[in-house]
Amino acid sequence: MAGIVGYGAYIPRNRIKTEEIARQWGKDPATMSRGLLLTEKSVPGLDEDTITISVAAGQAAIDRAGIDPARIGAVYIGSESHPYAVKPSGTVVVEALGIAPDVHVADFEFACKAGTEAMFVALGLVDGDRVEYALAVGADTSQGAPNDALEYSASAGGAAFVFGKTDPLVDVLETYSYTTDTPDFWRREGEFYPRHGGRFTGEPAYFKHVIAATSGILEKSGMAPKDFRHVVFHMPNGKFPQSAGKQLGFTKEQLEVGWIVPTMGNTYSGSSPTGLAAILDIAEPDDLILITSFGSGAGSDSFVLRATSLLPERVKRAPTVKEMLDGPRRYLTYGEYAKYREKIILNT
Amino acid sequence: MPSPRYWREIPNRFRLEAARCTGCGTVAFPARTICPKCRGRELESVRLSRHGKVVTSTVVRVAPDEFMMEAPYAMAVIETPEGARLMTQVVDCDPDTVGPGMEVDLVFRLIRKEDHGGILCYGHKAVPVGG
Ligand SMILES: [Zn+2]
Repeated sequence: MAGIVGYGAYIPRNRIKTEEIARQWGKDPATMSRGLLLTEKSVPGLDEDTITISVAAGQAAIDRAGIDPARIGAVYIGSESHPYAVKPSGTVVVEALGIAPDVHVADFEFACKAGTEAMFVALGLVDGDRVEYALAVGADTSQGAPNDALEYSASAGGAAFVFGKTDPLVDVLETYSYTTDTPDFWRREGEFYPRHGGRFTGEPAYFKHVIAATSGILEKSGMAPKDFRHVVFHMPNGKFPQSAGKQLGFTKEQLEVGWIVPTMGNTYSGSSPTGLAAILDIAEPDDLILITSFGSGAGSDSFVLRATSLLPERVKRAPTVKEMLDGPRRYLTYGEYAKYREKIILNT
Repeated sequence: MPSPRYWREIPNRFRLEAARCTGCGTVAFPARTICPKCRGRELESVRLSRHGKVVTSTVVRVAPDEFMMEAPYAMAVIETPEGARLMTQVVDCDPDTVGPGMEVDLVFRLIRKEDHGGILCYGHKAVPVGG
């Protein structure tokens, strides 16, 4: 099977603390932070969107792959916050990255799993020798309505993966997808903020799909939780992935590296892919890695991956997730945050 | 209506494509067909490095209407290792900290939104290296 020949991530430098949002709405900061296991989240600048995040992550992936971008034959951008309703984000991304014009481009949507959806299709095209290389991106700048639980988690960032057959940094050993019609979270055309079914988002949606997909790929690959060095699940908040991991029989240590949600927030389509990028930043040759995404609506994609001996030397060619999470940051007040997220209506 | 000029400038705005004179080595950005230094006509396409140094800068506090939300912001002339110069905003930092000699990365960002649901115009801006 084809593998990942390059990967990269991007997380904006602006942050807002959970306690700053809680204070705005008269909630107890400590209770909110403890309840969601979130301390802060990334916020896109006024000049950042799914397109710019995809270009930054995509450039890092190409730098780590060390390939001529013109050889990439397919580019898929998974997001639920594409800047245009009509005109694919990918059209701008392929021009900026020097991939155009000999390339197949599409934007994908599937709530928070659009990124792994893009990865699944990119992998398949390379496997089938339809294209030499394919780039898949999961990126979002999603919004939660003011004073909604989602406002504490909805953040910005993304990750990109170049799939190919030559010199993989990571081998893809198995894939599995699980999809049903579950109305846990949605946004109708023309609505600004998404809506969700409150507690309905937990058991019948997130846990059912994440557990079914993960159990499915374990069975399909004949592997057990103890075989893996690292595992990452979609991270809508701090608690859900920890709880899913426990139910499936994974330890806290296996989840630790990919569990970046407490300081990044939920980057939606970029969530589990960026967690995977954080794992690849430190993985050692032959480490087995499992990723399971979740997208409301609802579905999950799972991948079993194995790091190759080429991976460690390629990491330094681009910024690591930890460098971006712990590096230069700007903390915003709620007022600045409202301005940045264009929640303020101007009389112009 | 989308600006034809914006579309024509995609190679230099999106990919920092410049022209290098094969005669004297001068790098012209945006790309030209005649070398601005030796008037030579043999130029090759090169992509500028995605980093550089601030040559000179200023802070814009009273911004044009469409950049009002971004004020105050720093504008700077950046020189790349190839010797090409470009004027960009310096973002993701306190604008008062921007000054000559500051090392910056050139990053792909949204530059402006055309009015009334018009197109989104992208290009490069500068971000301080490591803070
Ligand atoms: Zn010349």
